[in-house]
Amino acid sequence: MEEVIATRNLTKKYKDVCAVENLNLSVNSGEIFGFLGPNGAGKTTTIRVLTTLTKPSSGSIWISGFDVEKEPGEVKKLIGVVQQHLTFDLDLSLRENLELHARLHHIPSKERKQRIGELLEFVGLTQQSEKMVEELSGGMKKAAMIARALIHKPKVLFLDEPTVGLDVQVRRRMWDLIRSLSRNGTTIFLTTHYIEEAEALCQRVGIVHHGLLIALGKPSELRQKVGMVTVEILVDGAFTRYEHFADRETANHYVQNLSSDHKTIIIRDSNLEDVFVKLTGKTVGED
Amino acid sequence: MLETLRDIYAVVWVDLRFLRRNLGKTMALTLVAPILYLLAFGYGLGRGASIEGFSYLQFVIPGILALTAMTTAFNTSGLKLHVDRLFFKCFDETLMSPVSAFSIIVGKALIGVLRGLLSSAALLLACLVFSPLPAVSLLFPLSLVVTCFTFSFLGVIVALLAKTHQDMTLFMSLVVLPMAFLSGTFFSLSQVPEALSIILSLSPLTHACLCLRASALGQPFPWFSLFILIGFGAIFFILCFVALKRTNK
Repeated sequence: MEEVIATRNLTKKYKDVCAVENLNLSVNSGEIFGFLGPNGAGKTTTIRVLTTLTKPSSGSIWISGFDVEKEPGEVKKLIGVVQQHLTFDLDLSLRENLELHARLHHIPSKERKQRIGELLEFVGLTQQSEKMVEELSGGMKKAAMIARALIHKPKVLFLDEPTVGLDVQVRRRMWDLIRSLSRNGTTIFLTTHYIEEAEALCQRVGIVHHGLLIALGKPSELRQKVGMVTVEILVDGAFTRYEHFADRETANHYVQNLSSDHKTIIIRDSNLEDVFVKLTGKTVGED
Repeated sequence: MLETLRDIYAVVWVDLRFLRRNLGKTMALTLVAPILYLLAFGYGLGRGASIEGFSYLQFVIPGILALTAMTTAFNTSGLKLHVDRLFFKCFDETLMSPVSAFSIIVGKALIGVLRGLLSSAALLLACLVFSPLPAVSLLFPLSLVVTCFTFSFLGVIVALLAKTHQDMTLFMSLVVLPMAFLSGTFFSLSQVPEALSIILSLSPLTHACLCLRASALGQPFPWFSLFILIGFGAIFFILCFVALKRTNK
């Protein structure tokens, strides 16, 4: 299988803070890879470094075999990027913003119009195309960012927190959109601090904490590491204790032997959040 | 070559769109200040005075044109890029596209040049109502174009280096504004003490002013000043690359 993103000992330091430390990653063609971590863990910095916007302090990155530092021009042709914040020219209409992107990516004028039409259709914004970007809702803007990133048919799509701040319904539509892109062969690298997003979308996830990659694998493999079954016990009606077990049987056995003071006990499948808490000692979003 | 031209056009295309949509407003905005200067200094203060053998009004018009070309070119390319970079953040999109640094810099500077020329031309027409200029030669538009390019590149540098909006306004108040008033725009450098005139000749606008005035009034053309102005433009152009490189820290 072709390796689309590869990093070796990638490090980015700001003064004395290490935003990314010795990152070694490999993402294969067609994969949806999730980069998971709390706010400030170094996810955005990683994306900026991978997409040529920020220069790494040391280490190397290859996108489809092209060295990001030595051949940025080739890399830029292959990547599509949706940043976490909006990056539209607010003096332009939605269509003009997309046209600018198409021009910057050398799409010939005939193809330009057709491609923009298709993508607006794809994200459901055909009706809004002549509006100024500022008139669109938050979800529409995010969808428009994705449409724009796809104009030049990138091989790899980077999505930095693609659903942050979106309504639940819009979020689910966004997930469908991401899945359909993946089905069409686009490799996707996304960051999120929503565990359920990583579980719903990603074939593999990396968990990052204070700039360090602390776990890497399929969600199921990572769950296996902590134990497939989790028991939640509400202690004194105030705080929750978590225990992890390899299977239901051992979990049930444990619960049966608990003292009868514990009234609220939940037995459930472990999830990525359990993995995260176990590995970092905190819940996602808490710092 | 053709590809570079296409890329430059792609970069400047956005700003042309905006200009087309807001042409009336932008022109009005850039013409207010120079017309006020013209009325206050040329018509009010300097009425009846003469300098270097010309009426003060004739003397001051090329100065105000130089000042207008400078501020319009600097503000247009500088402020737009500044907003793109720090507020809209859409400059990242340009940076992530396969367009060369050369095309980005020239494209971003061109809108300043274009607006600088438009405003100067409009102002020139307005000035001719007040007073004819005796001997406008072809060196006049040439000097104007060089002036616009020089200060447009300066705008690009400052916009690329500014970390906050305050950095931008600080530069405008501390460098651009004093330069606008002191570079021989409203007075002749021969009127000031020699030490001061040497200091003032370090300002690129001084040389822009000398070139524009000579070519408008039929004085011998100061080729040396034109070369200095081109030199400033070339240095600013090179510094644009340095500043652009620094954005990926």
